[in-house]
Amino acid sequence: MYNFEFVKPSTVEEAAAALQGEGAQALGGGQTLLPTMKQRLASPETLVSLTGVEGMVGISAGDGTVTVGGATTHAQVASEAASAYPALAALAGQIGDPAVRNRGTIGGSLANNDPAACYPSAALGSGASISTNKRNIAADDYFQGMFETALDEDEIVTSVSFPVPEAASYQKFLQPASRFALTGVFVAKFPGGVRVAVTGASNNGVFRWTEAEEALSKEFRADALMDLRINHLNMISDLHGSQEYRAHLVGVMTRRAVDAAG
Amino acid sequence: MPKDSGIGASPKRREDIRFLTGTGNYTDDININGQTYAWFIRSDVAHGTINSIDASAAEAMEGVLKVFTSADFAEAGGIPCGWEVTDRHGQPMQEPKHPILAEGKVRHVGDPIAVVVAETLEQARDAAEAVEIDIDELEAVIDMKAAVAEGATKVHDDLTSNLCYDWGFVEENREAVDEAIKSAAHVTTLELVNNRVVANPMEPRVAVGDYNRAGDEHTLYTTSQNPHVIRLLMGAFVLSIPEHKLRVVAPDVGGGFGAKIYHYAEEAFVTYAAKVLNRPVKWTSSRSEAFISDAHGRDHVTKIELAMDENHKFTAVRTDTYANMGAYLSTFAPSVPTWLHGTLMAGNYITPLIYVNVKAVFTNTVPVDAYRGAGRPEATFQLERVIDKAARELGMDPVELRRKNFIQPDQFPYDTPVAVTYDTGNYDATMDKALEVADYAGFEARRAESEARGKLRGIGVAHYIEACGIAPSNLVGQLGARAGLYESATVRVNATGSISVFTGSHSHGQGHETTFAQVVSEMIGVDASQIDIVHGDTSKVPMGMGTYGSRSIAVGGSAMVRATEKIINKAKKIAAHLMEASEADIELKDGAFSVAGTDKSVAWGDVTLAAYVPHNYPLEDIEPGLEESAFYDPANFTYPSGAYICELEVDPETGVIDMLNFTAADDFGNVINPMIVEGQVHGGLAQGIGQALMEACIYDENGQLLSGSFMDYTMPRADDMPMMNVDHSCQTPCTHNPLGVKGCGEAGAIGSPPAVVNAVIDALHRAGHKVEHIDMPVSPARVWKAMHG
Repeated sequence: MYNFEFVKPSTVEEAAAALQGEGAQALGGGQTLLPTMKQRLASPETLVSLTGVEGMVGISAGDGTVTVGGATTHAQVASEAASAYPALAALAGQIGDPAVRNRGTIGGSLANNDPAACYPSAALGSGASISTNKRNIAADDYFQGMFETALDEDEIVTSVSFPVPEAASYQKFLQPASRFALTGVFVAKFPGGVRVAVTGASNNGVFRWTEAEEALSKEFRADALMDLRINHLNMISDLHGSQEYRAHLVGVMTRRAVDAAG
Repeated sequence: MPKDSGIGASPKRREDIRFLTGTGNYTDDININGQTYAWFIRSDVAHGTINSIDASAAEAMEGVLKVFTSADFAEAGGIPCGWEVTDRHGQPMQEPKHPILAEGKVRHVGDPIAVVVAETLEQARDAAEAVEIDIDELEAVIDMKAAVAEGATKVHDDLTSNLCYDWGFVEENREAVDEAIKSAAHVTTLELVNNRVVANPMEPRVAVGDYNRAGDEHTLYTTSQNPHVIRLLMGAFVLSIPEHKLRVVAPDVGGGFGAKIYHYAEEAFVTYAAKVLNRPVKWTSSRSEAFISDAHGRDHVTKIELAMDENHKFTAVRTDTYANMGAYLSTFAPSVPTWLHGTLMAGNYITPLIYVNVKAVFTNTVPVDAYRGAGRPEATFQLERVIDKAARELGMDPVELRRKNFIQPDQFPYDTPVAVTYDTGNYDATMDKALEVADYAGFEARRAESEARGKLRGIGVAHYIEACGIAPSNLVGQLGARAGLYESATVRVNATGSISVFTGSHSHGQGHETTFAQVVSEMIGVDASQIDIVHGDTSKVPMGMGTYGSRSIAVGGSAMVRATEKIINKAKKIAAHLMEASEADIELKDGAFSVAGTDKSVAWGDVTLAAYVPHNYPLEDIEPGLEESAFYDPANFTYPSGAYICELEVDPETGVIDMLNFTAADDFGNVINPMIVEGQVHGGLAQGIGQALMEACIYDENGQLLSGSFMDYTMPRADDMPMMNVDHSCQTPCTHNPLGVKGCGEAGAIGSPPAVVNAVIDALHRAGHKVEHIDMPVSPARVWKAMHG
């Protein structure tokens, strides 16, 4: 690890100002950034820790929405969102291991937008609104490809608001080594329709499977998907699964999510 | 006899207290005043010519003591290979030089090119980035068959080709085997891969070199399974340091699994650099570095043919194997696909004719050497897979086909056609036991229940044999070993009766400190708490060949028994003198000497005190003191065997395998500590199941290691493991060592992979999928692909 400066601001404004500096990098729970720095593959000059920023930690629920502070850990979401949004809590409880869940944050995960991360599927599948120090961004506009988001350099995810669906489930097929999602599908049924978000599978990162959404919006049953096949051509192919296998798993995991959501 | 601490008892492992409370003394815990830190600069290409190395800027950086390159080792030898294999034409194998640091060429990703030594590790890493190395990348040789094709790029320019050797065994049987296969009533053929794995012990490798100018004495602290072997190889062949000036210490070691047997360049480097710099030098491997510098295991590509007569009796076995050596020959690499593999191709069966061909191949990959089981898992896997396939082709129960060909109990000692003699065994007994424990008869009901839940249930059987207790020195010498494989022990009884046992076996997780003490406790009758087992330091233990090949209790334990017998004999003489009785009448029981037929007795402590305070002592007959040594060279290998049964479910939608149950019925002969034996089997099964379902070391065509971290290399986790039913009640004691023991360390890793794959194939066949084989690791993606074309 190279030497770096470390600042721990207490307000969003201070954090945003600190991020203006050259070579400054926001630090959430550090579950991706710190290992990368240890391998000398990243060399920020200044780390701006967000965990001490007032108002960025915690979960609130009301008016059909669950709002999670940007610096809230996965472990907190897993326990504290369990009654308000069980599918979201269950997803958070499947990320990494206890050490990861007690350090990693939702803001860090969404800002990084790893194509195999779990949270992007919950945000996109729920139609969440991602609040930053500058604006609110709809999930549909936020995710822009593998490790790409709508965030500006100095923009901080302060909170994420999830509309709570009538029924939802996240089904994660584990990449056996890393236990990230080889393919994960988040299905959420709202009064106005069903959303299906897929992570882990595509070279473009998280995406909505619109054909499945249409079918499920007509009839929320796994059987409604039996004739649907997703094209494999833009899927990831690696040691753990071919494009065809991932495309197949998208179907299986979506059907299982519908069954589990009930 | 103290029933809670002697042979057959299961006292808790005494060493676990320090391991579990963070008070172990591992090599990385050793920090010497004035210590410096080494950072190895390793090749990031698989094959290339080094045009230049410019370290001038790096050497000028703060804290840097020196940047070493191969030029600094002009006087040193290469890393030696400990085994010379002779090919089928009587020629010695091709043996390239294995330099400490790359000389002119790099030959695998991870090949060390230069080393920075600095006051701190961070300074060394910073300076390493300032070392300018210019390399012209060459074509990488990765695929074994392509490597030996005409015109292939050579890994070593000074060799005639990439073929290390073409070995035939038994060469005289070659034509007879061909003939038997031609004329057989039925021949089953199977091609398979034994996947390359990385051992990944919990503790990565570490080496600390220290030098004492006053006495010209070197000390190497290292994560080794055999410090004396390192002293011999490094002292004699690499650095020309005589043994009396070189101390090698392997303190607590956090797992080895074979990967810590070998002499590595890093050990020679820190030892040498400590003298050059007159400062202690430490190197600690990162996990990433371990993936590209620890010797890998397995990596065979094999075709096996099994011939049978019309009565389904095996008539011949022929196998052709390509074995990957990697870029250089690691310490025991040439022996693994040959003498540790070909000699086991008879398995548990009567097969009159066997021919094994092995082509060992150099490639631009990390060197491959022995890994838990070493050669024997490769033999067992192909044999037990092809038997299963044969049974399916013949419409027979795979258990019955095995039973029909088992060597019978009254046929021991049994001479196989592949040069070894099994001393004892009872294979139907272990098979019966496994079938009983696994409730084989009740499988169909369980399968129907799975089917009702939409799952494909399968059951797989395998029977293994291994050659352990390595090894008779005169035999292995004839086979090309450049070392003896005896073991030594010294038993030192102190004046107050406590005992220190110095053993050349090395414990790196096996629990020797507990089991070895149990044996001495049983023999003398003193409580095990009075007995210390000392190992891992060449300055304390006279000699040792170390721990691998399930040899510790069978060879090291036997040496300890012989030394303890000498102690008892001498102590009886002293006791006879103290009680004014005839030596022949002295009995030792529960730690006291008595005169047969009388009530006279003296305590153990009285005798030991007399040995060191010899006021009333037979000085005219024997010397004072009570310390004895013994070397034990085994008369034969030991032959543990066992029946393994795996039961699992396949999810037809995803190919996911749910391991439900694993049964191991082993014959280890006599067992010293049942709890530890069961733990050894559990660990072996975890590694075998890991190899079968999860672990894969994958190179791309350019020689980049794609599975170079735990993000992509699937180490089995506890929750991947099934219930393990481990039974060792079938015991045919070894006939040629004093404890009647066979060894248990590798069994689980040897017997389990074929049982797992057989179970997967069984599940698929029962569901109508005519899949004959899936290569390991049998991952969900591979199962799904096999099912859906």
